[in-house]
Amino acid sequence: MWTFFHKLGSPKWFYDISGKWLPWFAVASAILLVVGSIWALAFAPADYQQGNSFRIIYIHVPSAILAQSCFMMMAIAGAIGLIWKMKLADMFVKAAAPIGASFTFMALLTGAVWGKPTWGTWWVWDARLTSMLILLFLYFGIMALQSAIEDAATAAKASAVLALVGMVNIPIIKYSVEWWNTLHQPATFKLTEKPAMPAEMWIPLLVMMIGFYCFFATVILLRTRNEILERERRTNWVKKLVSKGAAL
Amino acid sequence: MNTQIQATMAPSVSHIFITVLKRDLTLSYRRRQDLVNPMIFFVIVVSLFPLGVSPEKSFLQEAGAGVVWVAALLATLLSLDSLFRSDFEDGSLEQIILTPQPLFIMVLAKIFAHWLVTGVPLLILSPMLGVMMHLEFETIKVLMLTLLLGTPVLSLVGAIGAALTVGLRVGGVLISLLILPLYIPVLIFGTGTVQAAANMLPIDGYIALMGAIFALSLTMSPIATAAALRISLSN
Repeated sequence: MWTFFHKLGSPKWFYDISGKWLPWFAVASAILLVVGSIWALAFAPADYQQGNSFRIIYIHVPSAILAQSCFMMMAIAGAIGLIWKMKLADMFVKAAAPIGASFTFMALLTGAVWGKPTWGTWWVWDARLTSMLILLFLYFGIMALQSAIEDAATAAKASAVLALVGMVNIPIIKYSVEWWNTLHQPATFKLTEKPAMPAEMWIPLLVMMIGFYCFFATVILLRTRNEILERERRTNWVKKLVSKGAAL
Repeated sequence: MNTQIQATMAPSVSHIFITVLKRDLTLSYRRRQDLVNPMIFFVIVVSLFPLGVSPEKSFLQEAGAGVVWVAALLATLLSLDSLFRSDFEDGSLEQIILTPQPLFIMVLAKIFAHWLVTGVPLLILSPMLGVMMHLEFETIKVLMLTLLLGTPVLSLVGAIGAALTVGLRVGGVLISLLILPLYIPVLIFGTGTVQAAANMLPIDGYIALMGAIFALSLTMSPIATAAALRISLSN
């Protein structure tokens, strides 16, 4: 375990190993997303109250969960970067921010599309929706800070601090539907309880969720690898790699 | 012998706090225009709403607390950029960081000075604006109470953003982008308290939440600000 953690300190090692992981994640996410969406859109039974419009849940819930867990990962990676000065963690934070922002945007957009038939409105100033909007702004803030600071190491540290401060928002999002009486329905999934939905409905959701995580892993690996190449461009192994690519 | 001298020479933590506080207050007293500007801004923003939206009494009573809160938030934002900037530019911020005393104590003193200079004037002006927005006397009292608990939070949380952007040229705009999302919870509870009071509902729960936010930011924000300052000055 610890050797793995120590090896993470070497960008080259991570670049090599992630190159081996990448096809697996890419294939897994492609299969899971295709299977999951066909299952969810064509075979899962319609909701007794909401009819077919509930089917957007299969995109909405995974992207909302990923939006939050991406921020948590960024904060954890930021803390690791601050404490152990691990370059890879810095690169992860930088690579993750735009991805998290797009998942948050996706969750808000699909929520609005879902809200129109069920609530009769695109947007309400409800606690869950507002706190998700704040999350989007936090992502934007981190991205803006990163692009404003020229020095990569300083930018990484500064955005790590901001990610840690912004973590305050995560429990607010998580518990907003329980703390306030809001229009938004409570969580569909809980780790500790059996889901209230029938299995034919939640198994495709689970498939979609794992598919989304694999997709996230694929994209983050691609972006982190890209970031590694850019930052380590003066090292020998990158020069070799690039010249080999050019020779091919 | 030597250690004894050092022990008597090294100022205590409370001494450091008071020294930094005095220094910052003197500095802002010397630059009175910077002191007055956020206050004028505060009054102007509030008076824009009756002109821009509606001068109806019922609307103003409904929206008054929120308008005063938003204006207070923007006025604080306006003054935040100067919190560390002048110290950064003349190099004294580096000296402050190099002193052996804990940095977060000095940061806390600077934030306290910032609150005394910007938060307290807003607090004093708020009853007048409350009257202009046709708020009831009881509502104004609650509004002042929420501002008393809320404006320190604005200074404390804002200091993190000011510290993160102190070395940057585009600092001013970036602060708003970083800090406004973090201001939203305190804005929601601040205006929620006043609205509950206006509707004759109990406000104890809201006040407790405001107090919790204040306590959390008072303990965590100086540490985050100190860390951010070290990062900003590291290169």
